[in-house]
Amino acid sequence: MRRWRPSLALVIGGVLTAALVATAIVSTVWTPEVPTRVRIALRLKAPLEAGLLGTDHFGRDVASLLMAGAWNSLAIAWPAVLLGAAVGVALGSAAAALKGIVDEVVMRASDVIFAFPAVLSAIMIGALLGSGPTSAILAIAVFNVPVFARVTRGVALQVWTLDYVAAARCLGKHPLRITVEDVLPNIAGVLIVQVTIQLALAILTEAGLSYLGLGVRPPNPSWGRMLSDSQTFLAQAPHLAIAPGLAIALSVLGLNLLGDGLRDSLDPTLRDRL
Amino acid sequence: MLRFLLARLASLIVTLLAVSLAIFLILEVLPGDPAAIMLGTAAREDTLAALRQELGLDRPALERYVLWIGGLLQGDLGTSITYRMPVSTLVAERFAVTLPLSLMAILLSTLIALPLGVLAASRRDRAADRAVLVFSQVGVAVPNFWIGLLFILFFATYLGWFPAGGFPGWGGGVVPGLQALLLPALALALPQAAVLTRVTRSAVLEVVNADFVRTARAKGLDRRAALWRHVVPNALIPVTTILGLQLSFVFGGAILVENVFNLPGLGRLAYQALAQRDLVVIKDIVLIFSGLVIVVNFLVDLGYVLLDPRLRPRS
Repeated sequence: MRRWRPSLALVIGGVLTAALVATAIVSTVWTPEVPTRVRIALRLKAPLEAGLLGTDHFGRDVASLLMAGAWNSLAIAWPAVLLGAAVGVALGSAAAALKGIVDEVVMRASDVIFAFPAVLSAIMIGALLGSGPTSAILAIAVFNVPVFARVTRGVALQVWTLDYVAAARCLGKHPLRITVEDVLPNIAGVLIVQVTIQLALAILTEAGLSYLGLGVRPPNPSWGRMLSDSQTFLAQAPHLAIAPGLAIALSVLGLNLLGDGLRDSLDPTLRDRL
Repeated sequence: MLRFLLARLASLIVTLLAVSLAIFLILEVLPGDPAAIMLGTAAREDTLAALRQELGLDRPALERYVLWIGGLLQGDLGTSITYRMPVSTLVAERFAVTLPLSLMAILLSTLIALPLGVLAASRRDRAADRAVLVFSQVGVAVPNFWIGLLFILFFATYLGWFPAGGFPGWGGGVVPGLQALLLPALALALPQAAVLTRVTRSAVLEVVNADFVRTARAKGLDRRAALWRHVVPNALIPVTTILGLQLSFVFGGAILVENVFNLPGLGRLAYQALAQRDLVVIKDIVLIFSGLVIVVNFLVDLGYVLLDPRLRPRS
């Protein structure tokens, strides 16, 4: 047997994701400066003039804001994806187990929800509940439901055709028990990969929402709002527009690579397919 | 065939009705009193009552829904309370920005993605393939509104080649209008192109090994001719599906990018309507965006059936 070697994607993705999670966790106990502290005397300093990455228009330390932003980004993306996955997996499993009209209704409803971009859902939910972190989480979760419903249904249908599942069904095992004991353990790998990739998308969406002011509320730092703040000072302090964007891109890249790498090592036949 | 078309059309209409009903429930029934949302908690009871009457909220929900859809079919989208003008006029003005922006973005993303995807597939596992894969991984990860910001930083602030945003309107001619939309469209297009490149690459790789390609090669067609005449046209089917689905992402992205470049489009209108709590405008825009996505995907589905005889229903 050949020794298992992790792919390059898995290594880079793993390192970037670990860095993101570690930064987020560390930011809750330590940042170079208090991220929200306003120091007007130090406003709009270039990198290394004050702090590693300079300061923003309130003199806040950019490196500290970025670290705290990592936590706030995950604090929205993670619950949103988990919520979307929970509902989507339940619906997808039900569609695969019960087929017929349930399947039809779940799939058509998925098509409909797919027609709503997450930003549009966020605007609609924001109009209903007021914009803020709860609305952002709900909007991203809604967008995730059809994704998980489809993926779950697709792989679960395959599991249902396996001989031992068919045998269990003939012996009178309840579809719910088959789903929990046979189907879900079989599709867990695929779901973990999907969660990783959806987290990447959720971070991207959260950044977009907080750019519009529909995410975390100020003065809580967020990468998206750091970018929208930077736009006013683009000529004087271009560095403010670089660091938060890089943070978003590296986080998303890391999670995507991790997802791809995990998928390839779970099932090498899936390589090159989407 | 006619029966098939009618069945698809019926399902399209049912979907559109379901979407409009969902939007109506979320924005008009769930809030309890939309007038209170629009005016805020400090509103006086008589102003609330006046607004309720103006919006027709004193009527039963079902009647309001029917009136909304009925008006929609006649091009009447109601009146915006913040802009004090018919929503249809407002939407038409803004659509003249968002539609060309979205079309340019999709066109640019196709122009970038098709050649790159085909190139990567035909040079599989070689340097060009790897470079394209790196481009697509990075492209997917970079937020479109950040690309927009970097474009402004580089092309407007630093080089001064383009205005930093804003839109001159179509009145001043087509060229300045398109020029103002070029950077925003490119910012929208790049992440989409990254996705589309991967789809094109894997679609081409799937077709490359098909029997008809081997036959084409066996009868003496060279690699290049076989690629462009037989492989690429067949690989376009999954690519077109994704292109249809991308419309939803392009509209979502347009809301962001229009805000970055200060473009008076539908996305910016939706965002402003949220800030002003103008539920009438939000309701109409959400329906227009989602309705367009559904209709376009329906047309894409139908397009295949017309183009590809294999997908036609067997009678």
